[in-house]
Amino acid sequence: MTNGAEYKELAWQGLWKNNPGLVQLLGLCPLLAVTSTVTNALGLGIATLFVLICSNATVSLVRKWVPKEVRIPIFVLIIASFVTCVQLLMNAYTFVLYQSLGIFLPLIVTNCAIIGRAEAYASKNPVKQATFDGLMMGLGFLLVLFVLGAVREVLGQGTLFDGAHLLLGEWAHILRIEVYNLDNQFLLAVLPPGAFIAMGLFIALKNFIDNKIAESAPKKEAKSIERVRVNFDAS
Amino acid sequence: MAFWIASSPHNHLKNKTSALMRLVIYATIPGILAQWYFFGWGNLIHISLAIASALVAEFFILSLREKKIPEQIFDGSAILTAILLGISLPALAPWWISILGAAFAIIIVKQLYGGLGHNPFNPAMAGYVMLLISFPVQMTSWQPPLQLMAIDLSAFDTLSVIFTSYTTDGYSVEQLKRHIDGYTMATPLDTVKTNLTLGLTIAESMDSAVIGKNFGIGWEWVNAGFLLGGLFLIFKKAIDWITPFSFLFSLFLFSFIAFMYSPDSNASTMFHWFNGACMLGAFFILTDPVSGATSNKGRMIFGALAALLVFIIRKYGGYPEAMAFAVLLCNMSAPLIDQYTRPRTYGHKKTQNAQDKTNA
Repeated sequence: MTNGAEYKELAWQGLWKNNPGLVQLLGLCPLLAVTSTVTNALGLGIATLFVLICSNATVSLVRKWVPKEVRIPIFVLIIASFVTCVQLLMNAYTFVLYQSLGIFLPLIVTNCAIIGRAEAYASKNPVKQATFDGLMMGLGFLLVLFVLGAVREVLGQGTLFDGAHLLLGEWAHILRIEVYNLDNQFLLAVLPPGAFIAMGLFIALKNFIDNKIAESAPKKEAKSIERVRVNFDAS
Repeated sequence: MAFWIASSPHNHLKNKTSALMRLVIYATIPGILAQWYFFGWGNLIHISLAIASALVAEFFILSLREKKIPEQIFDGSAILTAILLGISLPALAPWWISILGAAFAIIIVKQLYGGLGHNPFNPAMAGYVMLLISFPVQMTSWQPPLQLMAIDLSAFDTLSVIFTSYTTDGYSVEQLKRHIDGYTMATPLDTVKTNLTLGLTIAESMDSAVIGKNFGIGWEWVNAGFLLGGLFLIFKKAIDWITPFSFLFSLFLFSFIAFMYSPDSNASTMFHWFNGACMLGAFFILTDPVSGATSNKGRMIFGALAALLVFIIRKYGGYPEAMAFAVLLCNMSAPLIDQYTRPRTYGHKKTQNAQDKTNA
């Protein structure tokens, strides 16, 4: 496999085919709990993305010196140290967001998507590919968080990017879009049950698209090998 | 068509699903009439809105699923779901409440799980609970009985309130809920619950205007209407008598024990029977053949569990009425109940069965 094709495959796997949110269904707890607004979803998504890239790179760097028997505790330690970095950074720069994410920020340590990638990919592959894999898996996760957050925010509050300045700084006030005006919130979309229902619909949509693609793809005909029988005895 | 889940004997009347549904719809008429007489036109408007919404939703999904549309859309199940939802909504709720509730009940709760006969939850009650937790303000603005209201509410006014949230004279829902003496009225169940937190006894609550002479003006007659309809269904053998009997008897028992223990802080048995959605739930919702338990023993447990939940939530829960929550929780436990109450196969002896178990 050439290098370019390998990266392409990694990107395809992370963003669509093996998406951590929609296909592997890893890290569902933060996925469902914090996606009530786009800002929260982006905050957690970016934090997870950062941790995933760094942990994949580090795990891949040290992969030759980590004894097989104790690899999981070592991975967890590496991940936990990066999560601590992110937590301290968010505490310093985006304090309100840090508060609204609450326990789900430190809980990134237990996000199976991260340790899953460390175990399944980063511990077996060179640094460059591992980092790229982390980036793509993280982006895939971020994308799902973002879409889920957007849908829930529009349905629940009728806005988009409400409170984006908490994450991006003061200029981001202009990002806030009021899609429509609601006299009362649609609480189901804001509450966790709404996240479950929306998530189910997204998975259905993804499967639907996959089926359509599979149907429209030209069917490969089974190779039939023609054989010429040569009868040597007859001669 | 999943109506045919009944086990042997197979030689009874071959009722079609639509005929059964039609019978159940007819049986709701006395209750709806009582509702109309005491609370005005609100519920009739909501029922028609819900039916329209449910039929559109059903048509949409059936065409997506490439099913036989004319046959399935008019089998009555969607209409019945819409009617049950429309009955349970507060009469003065805005129009989009019933539209949204019926669409959710049909699309998410019924069709996404595979359509009629495959839904694990009762669609009407799941739709109701979705509305209740999503829009608590609209879903708790219960209209007091017409005879107690300070403002006259005509059919046209009701329509105007539902669509514009004001009457033609400009009164809001909040103003409509006022008594002649100027205070806001609640439902009997809510009144009792609130009064208990204020330190009043049940006997003092019973003097409240909304309760009237018996258990609640209007509510007692609405429940009596549904009781009548339910008895008609049992007489017609459209529903099994065990679930409603078990439910009502258990509710009677639980409230009787509580009432005997402390009559000052527990409402009487008949108050529980003739308030809220008790009779509607007992005869029209718990008896849903799809989401309920299937064996006789199972139905008995199912009804008793529902009664226990209704009693506990009415007494200790955050909401004054509990029927919808109780139904959903019971729907969840129905498969488990069925698992443990499977009837003995004809010809198998009990001891043999036990032996099989020990051998296995």
